[in-house]
Amino acid sequence: MANLIPIAKTVGANRMVPTISIPYPLGDPSTSEEEQWKLRYHRVGVALNALTTDINEQTVFDVEV
Amino acid sequence: MAKAIVYLNQFFGQIGGEEVADHEPEIRNEKVGAAMLYDQLLDGEVTHTIICGDNFMGSNEEQAVDRILGFLKDKEFDIFFAGPAFQAGRYGIACGAIGKAVKEEFDVSVISSMNEENPGVKMYKKDIYIFPGGKSAAKMRDDVTKMVEFGNKILSGEKLLPAEQEGFFKRGIRHQYFLEDETPAYERAIDMLLKKINGEDFVSELPIPEIDTVEIADPIKDLSKATIALVTSGGIVPIDNPDKIQSASATRWGKYYIADVDKLKNRREESFKTIHAGYDPKAADADPNRVVPVDAMRKYEQEGKIGSLYEYFYSTVGTGTSQDEAARMGKEITQELIENNIQAVIETST
Repeated sequence: MANLIPIAKTVGANRMVPTISIPYPLGDPSTSEEEQWKLRYHRVGVALNALTTDINEQTVFDVEV
Repeated sequence: MAKAIVYLNQFFGQIGGEEVADHEPEIRNEKVGAAMLYDQLLDGEVTHTIICGDNFMGSNEEQAVDRILGFLKDKEFDIFFAGPAFQAGRYGIACGAIGKAVKEEFDVSVISSMNEENPGVKMYKKDIYIFPGGKSAAKMRDDVTKMVEFGNKILSGEKLLPAEQEGFFKRGIRHQYFLEDETPAYERAIDMLLKKINGEDFVSELPIPEIDTVEIADPIKDLSKATIALVTSGGIVPIDNPDKIQSASATRWGKYYIADVDKLKNRREESFKTIHAGYDPKAADADPNRVVPVDAMRKYEQEGKIGSLYEYFYSTVGTGTSQDEAARMGKEITQELIENNIQAVIETST
């Protein structure tokens, strides 16, 4: 789970899930607690699903809600 | 006059070939074989030659290194040469092993030479100066000349340039230095940018490493039975940073017990904070789950989507950290995870 996906690619990560920023990857402090929780729960869920997904090449998983 | 000591294997030390490759280490206070060539070229004198069979070093490295360090204890020398090892793998590894030990023990510069295919290059280029050399002894003179020219430069106290300019294999060590013309970074950056826009060649001061490919792990078949660990390069640690992980250019990592934790408490609660010096810590200090999502993982654990969250999370700092250090730490952490039967990891970076 990374904000800088191009760097994650460079170092060879295979399953990549974008996060929303460098200093707060999984919860924007300018939004409500509820929104932060929803975002974090959702993106971690995407990452968990990514772990169960068969891939043939480096893959960035979709985080659109 | 500067004094040098040369390390050679049984062949170049004129003991013999493969049949005497288990020759035990010895030191002679004379110049043997290739040591004479070093002596001719060096602004100084080769006082001793150390000879050790490649197999002896290969099978008894610790003993061989100890004995050689013992030989050197009462010797005065300013520089140490090993090889050249050409494409001879055992010899290259021997030169690296003894070179590294000599450098650490006596803090003198150690110079070797190996063909780029020699496995010793990869193993030891970070520890000693290794110059790219020929494939065979036909290049003896060329290779020794390169080594000694650089040795002479070190002995004269002349300023050393980065690896590319001096010609040795890159060690992956970053130095801070001032350019002679003192052109500031912003001017250099703008110059590079303009060249890039104009389609001209330019040399980056921060080359992006080549893409590293990693074998793709098989998917997890049944997440509901899997134990999953959280690992971060975002520098989240207990408030007192018990492992003293560095805030930048980290060489250490830590693991922190979270079996009894539903969500990470924050800095104000004197629990977890970030020590990462590469980003504004405010958001991570206020809620460390933004970086290490223990709370979300617990929820998925309660819902039965995952078997369990591993009882430790792992942390280091990923700013200024060299790729080699990062790879080493990654391997160490992975080793632990495998030993503890962890099926998968979510790695969060900042």
